[in-house]
Amino acid sequence: MSTTTFPSPPSTAPPLPPNGSGAKVAGTRPRPGGHGQSGVWVGIFAITMSFAAFTSALFVRQGSGDWIHVVVPRLLYVNTAVLLLSSITLEMARRAFMNSSALDSGALRNNTLRWLGITLVFGFAFVVGQYMVWRQLAAQGLYLATNSNSSFLYVLTAAHALHVLGGITGLVRLSARLTPRQITLRSSSFANTAIYWHFMGVLWIYLLLVISIRL
Amino acid sequence: MQEHSAQVAHVHAPPEGFIRKHVFSLDHKVIGKQYYALGLTAVLIGMVLSWLMRFHLVWPAAKVPGLELLSKVGAPGGVITPEYYLSLLTMHGTLMVFFVLTNAPFAGFGNYFLPIQIGAEDMAFPRFNMMSFWVTFVAFLVLITAFFIPDGPPISGWTAYAPLSAVGNDAGPGLGWGQNLWGISIAIFCIGQLLGSLNFIATTLDLRTKGMTLMRMPASTWAWFITACIGLMAFAVLLPACILLILDKNAGTSFFIPAGLVVGDKLQPHAGGSPLLWQHMFWFFGHPEVYIAILPAMGIVTHVLVTSMRKPMLSAKVIIYSMMSIGFLSWVVWGHHMFVSGMNPFSSLLFSFPTLTITIPATIVTLIWLGSLYGANIQINSASLFALGFISMFVSGGISGFFLAQPSIDIYLHATYFVVGHFHMVMGVAAIFGIFSGTYFWFPKMAGRMMNETLGKLHFWLTFVGTYCIFMPFHYLGLVGNVRRYSSFVDDFMAPLMPVHKFITIAAFITGAAQFIFIYNLVHSHFRGKPAPANPWNATSLEWSMPSPPPWDNFGGKHPVVYHDPYQYGVKGSQGDYVMQDSPESIVEE
Repeated sequence: MSTTTFPSPPSTAPPLPPNGSGAKVAGTRPRPGGHGQSGVWVGIFAITMSFAAFTSALFVRQGSGDWIHVVVPRLLYVNTAVLLLSSITLEMARRAFMNSSALDSGALRNNTLRWLGITLVFGFAFVVGQYMVWRQLAAQGLYLATNSNSSFLYVLTAAHALHVLGGITGLVRLSARLTPRQITLRSSSFANTAIYWHFMGVLWIYLLLVISIRL
Repeated sequence: MQEHSAQVAHVHAPPEGFIRKHVFSLDHKVIGKQYYALGLTAVLIGMVLSWLMRFHLVWPAAKVPGLELLSKVGAPGGVITPEYYLSLLTMHGTLMVFFVLTNAPFAGFGNYFLPIQIGAEDMAFPRFNMMSFWVTFVAFLVLITAFFIPDGPPISGWTAYAPLSAVGNDAGPGLGWGQNLWGISIAIFCIGQLLGSLNFIATTLDLRTKGMTLMRMPASTWAWFITACIGLMAFAVLLPACILLILDKNAGTSFFIPAGLVVGDKLQPHAGGSPLLWQHMFWFFGHPEVYIAILPAMGIVTHVLVTSMRKPMLSAKVIIYSMMSIGFLSWVVWGHHMFVSGMNPFSSLLFSFPTLTITIPATIVTLIWLGSLYGANIQINSASLFALGFISMFVSGGISGFFLAQPSIDIYLHATYFVVGHFHMVMGVAAIFGIFSGTYFWFPKMAGRMMNETLGKLHFWLTFVGTYCIFMPFHYLGLVGNVRRYSSFVDDFMAPLMPVHKFITIAAFITGAAQFIFIYNLVHSHFRGKPAPANPWNATSLEWSMPSPPPWDNFGGKHPVVYHDPYQYGVKGSQGDYVMQDSPESIVEE
């Protein structure tokens, strides 16, 4: 397809600012304000709306009168502790990354990766732990369709676990950007991933409250 | 003056190779065109489905040659069964509402022009953007597959009310795998839309160029931004609903299916679910969804009209605030779809009040358009004709909403053709007119070529008259009691209405055929149209400051600076009758 393009009017735009000003870690581009931040909060809002929909379905369904209280396995509380710990270790990782007094980028990288690794282990442990909770429920005879409580228990925990897996993907991507050759990770990317991960913990606390009080 | 952001966008490398340039492209312009093409494909399929439906209504025993090849069960010997009529109706609604009206004006034009109109080089998250299109495309393929399975598509309507949609094959054909495919498709669609909405919001908040305060954004950008905010919340609720429906169908749960339900002489093995719960969840999404369909069209029409009138609106700010009010109020009116559902009648009152209230900002916008048009020397071209037609259709279709908003009247009119006439005029015509207006307006920018004006005007007049002929009689039919979603009226009290149905069907065929004038114009102009200048309409917003078509990085690596709002037309002392948004030529600031 051939088109004729016409010259655009002269732009009065100022030139781009020079690179390298205020860079915290070698090789990263300066990002004033961290533009990804709106994105992660918008995403968090959308996920909150989804779980609000699940919660309101739960309240409506509870009105049917066939509500049989479910005794949740204690493992659920252990998993909670694991997830909250992972938030702490992720924050340690983020501080190690932001530690601009680390003159040696190798040390910075090692520290960060160590804490990220621990966080990932806790994250995986949480998801595996949730799976074990489902096995324990099944052993009690509580499956997805057994009664309405068990349905919601499975749906809420599964939906949360899926989102945690997404967070794990984000953490793996962070780790991958901390290669020996060059750190290509922006501090805002780290912060945004961390915000999402902490949200997983906050969301879980909310779900745990709903599960223990309402189910 | 509000704070604005002047951050550098996350620029991706120039695309190399056919796949990167045209298939898996990170460029918002290509993604916008892909969404538009998907919408065009969906609307053609949806239109053919409507022809089949109209044909069957008037000639229920007649054969459609070849249809038995598509569905042996649904159309044996080419004669559409009543159940298959419902399948066609379901797919027509699903395709049109989701894949046309949510796609083309919002994801199509929005993706293409929102970054440009705010002076950005691309969306905030180009990879998410690419993913959002391909996820939507997969959703489309999954939906279309329902045509080709033995049982055919579901018969539960685009609204998929439980328990019909949740009990499975006992209740009729298409409710087994057909309904599953529908649920999976819509769930995937939700994810695509969530990714897209996220992008629109982040881009608008973070990537506006220097000088582009929120109030200096064009009305079309505001409309896309508000639509994205609504879409983010609405689709976030539909996704759980679809998941719960799929679980009820396949995993034996009872979210929506009550106890003691006997379908087809079989007691359903479920207990305790609430069909009303589905309706609440669906319409909590469904009502904002219709504003997702109409708001981008309102923004596009505002944008086109200002350019054509060569003078600003009486108050662009009030239009923007009204669109925001519509967006806000859309969350508290969903129950007006459920007046006769059996929910507490007192809550009907609670929904009726905000439904009537939401007519106020809609009326304000319409009055501003009309007031601005008064005394204006409007340039008539295809784009402005469709914009004017939009106003006509929006008023005609919207007025019936006043009646439906009142429970006492709705008890009679619910599930009649009056409702069908209402939503077809506002969504099926007005919103489509918005898409047409946008197409004729922006085609020169997107393709670098002009569309044929004569064909455009012919397309407009045939469509304008034709759609009135089709949909105005629907209101009359509804008032005399013609029920909707029935496959045939020839044998009952509605038989005397058949002449009206015949008229509608013939009008539908002619109007549908007229759309091929548009398709021809679109395709022919793409290859053989007159080369378009950068600013064929002498318009002021940022998209007209770049070549037609724009380069891959929009502003060539530079960042435009914006000095005022985009509606500086008829400015005294300016060169020409307009001042471009990125021109430092001084104007009197409002």
